[in-house]
Amino acid sequence: MVRSWGDGPGESAHRPVRAVPRRSVLRSVAAGAGAVALPSLLAACGNGPGDGVTLGSNASDAVPKRAYADAIAAYEKKSKKPVKVNTVNHENFQENINRYLQGTPDDVFTWFAGYRMQYFARKGLLADISDLWRKFDGFSDAVKKQSTGEDGKQYFVPYYYYPWAVFHRKGVFRTRGYEIPRTFDQYRALARQMQKDGLTPFAFGDKEGWPAMGTFDYLDMRANGYDFHIALMRGEKSWTSPQVRQVFDLWRSLLPYHQKGANGRTWQEAAQSLQGKKAGMAVLGLQHPGQQFTAENRADLDLFPFPEIDPAFGQEAVEAPMDGFLMAKKARHREAARDLLAFLATPQAELAYLKRDPNNVAANGVAGTQTYDALQKKAVRLVSGARQIAQFMDRDTRPDFASTVLIQALQQFIGDPDDIDGLVNSIERQKARIFAAD
Amino acid sequence: MPKTAARRAGRRGPRRHTRRDLAVLCVLLGLPILLDLVLVWGPTMASIGLSFTDWDGVGDIEWAGLGNYTHLFTDYPQFWPAVRNNLLWLAALGLLAAPFGLLLAALVDRGVRFSRFYQSTLYMPVVLSLAVVGFITQLILSRDQGALNALLGSERDPVDWLGDPDLNIWMILLAACWRHTGYVMILYLAGLKSVDPTLKEAAAVDGATERQTFFRVVLPALRPVNVIVGVITVIEALRAFDIVYAVNKGRNGLELLSVLVTDNIVGEASRIGFGSAIAVVLLLVSLGFIVTYLVQELRGEERR
Repeated sequence: MVRSWGDGPGESAHRPVRAVPRRSVLRSVAAGAGAVALPSLLAACGNGPGDGVTLGSNASDAVPKRAYADAIAAYEKKSKKPVKVNTVNHENFQENINRYLQGTPDDVFTWFAGYRMQYFARKGLLADISDLWRKFDGFSDAVKKQSTGEDGKQYFVPYYYYPWAVFHRKGVFRTRGYEIPRTFDQYRALARQMQKDGLTPFAFGDKEGWPAMGTFDYLDMRANGYDFHIALMRGEKSWTSPQVRQVFDLWRSLLPYHQKGANGRTWQEAAQSLQGKKAGMAVLGLQHPGQQFTAENRADLDLFPFPEIDPAFGQEAVEAPMDGFLMAKKARHREAARDLLAFLATPQAELAYLKRDPNNVAANGVAGTQTYDALQKKAVRLVSGARQIAQFMDRDTRPDFASTVLIQALQQFIGDPDDIDGLVNSIERQKARIFAAD
Repeated sequence: MPKTAARRAGRRGPRRHTRRDLAVLCVLLGLPILLDLVLVWGPTMASIGLSFTDWDGVGDIEWAGLGNYTHLFTDYPQFWPAVRNNLLWLAALGLLAAPFGLLLAALVDRGVRFSRFYQSTLYMPVVLSLAVVGFITQLILSRDQGALNALLGSERDPVDWLGDPDLNIWMILLAACWRHTGYVMILYLAGLKSVDPTLKEAAAVDGATERQTFFRVVLPALRPVNVIVGVITVIEALRAFDIVYAVNKGRNGLELLSVLVTDNIVGEASRIGFGSAIAVVLLLVSLGFIVTYLVQELRGEERR
């Protein structure tokens, strides 16, 4: 062993013996570091162009996951091109979307229409697909509007939607002789009657924080109109305005007819009490009671549009959150991704999905309704008759405002409905801060 | 000539490290220091820096001065409840769970019957993750479908154990204490086993009662364990997160500082500047405890 930089002969006698283990330690440390770096290098190689388009999916629940698999299989069969689907847990997908889009996103990924999509378009993270849209067929103008960014270009391929409405059981209404309410007064009178009959008028759960948003949205759109509602969501109207106070006042007048303890109840439990005939009505999306009702009970499930409050606005606005697909600006297989998107916009692609997951309605109007059940047909009529379509509170406003202010505010209201003044002032102060951010 | 040789020898005498030694030392010391800087101090400083900015994780970082802090202290309704809950957590674990764990340890150590059985039963919750504890809590305490309300037979006007913001924190604390007690018990049990029995014998010879023996002799002998239990209790109280997140995402009465940080930074919200400000508050609280602990330890060292 030759040591060119040894110091004194006195110490070197034992050095070679010690140097070997020390070196091997260092070497193994270096090897360890290599082992840490290696997988990421491999992963970086594996995604090179030429191995097919990738689809990032948030459909982690069993039913939608299988339904997506069917739709993708239909595409692969038709185009003979492989698609690699990466399914991520629904909530994790949403939470990581920022980092996902700035990192190495899949070429195509599932997302939501409306402001929640426009936000990312504004940040320059989405690919413009306006030219594809020119060839699309069968989408209504309202649907197109929800797929369009603030710059007037289209980014979103709509897939399906699930309108919100008041759900109830036909059988219960028939045996008790209840009429479908058209105005808010009739609605409240019906609730009073149900209570007298020993039913809980409204099944209600808001443990997750979002289910109550549907009720707020409808009250606001019926009392103040769609335009006011959207302006409020965009931060352009004040939460301390008399219009918003009125919404909370109306809601407070209904709260005694709602299931108590909503902040501790999941929407699943609420939907189950509707199925169990303990509750008479529930404001939910088409997906929700549909998933909780057993097959034989499903035929008994029915819906009616949220009743009218101000005749000037009638029942013209409908809340119908729409799910679909976006293409990332950083997509690596651009042509393959566009080909896939073009397929996903067709009625066949949507019907392939809905066959497995009948709790939604196809976004494409040409998609044949013959496979729909009565409830789906009713949902289609509800949306096609709508003058305006809202997405949902957490899709129509900034994600930070929805998740750190509104969820907490609505839960606070449900727990303590009497302090409307303190509530709206607190929301307004936080709103000013959040919307000032950019 | 001899003079220089002597000086050289003098210089070389105490310096027993060759250049090669130095290189190895540098690598072995430098790497951990570098890792410490990159993994601990870097993010800490970055958090502090970011807490004075507005940033959504995508666009430009804008200077916000103290804006995040004023907003946090004045207009963020979840902040003070979160601070209160963290302190409650600390008090419950420190004043209830830890002493109770000590009591159980002393009882088991004295050799009550079936002590093995008690030991393993009480330790069971510790191996469960807090997320699982949260899930169990739900099964028992859910308003409509929970076991407790069914047992109480309060079908007509069931208690909303987890949905009532005045009540749910106590229920969750109960679950957290249930788990912490077992943890503390095991630590004290190990400590008690190592206490020299002759100490107790000497105390008995001197005529001390059992109570006096325990508090005057055994407990002071357990000082190292006491310190560990104290540290663990503080850590558990400040990092509490998963149990409330499993129950209702830490909202509606179950706010915690860690939850607020997560809500603002991790989720789609991406209020990274604001979330960092909350994280800095949590850091300051932790630093308070760390500094107190270090001062105590160093003083103890000096005295020894």
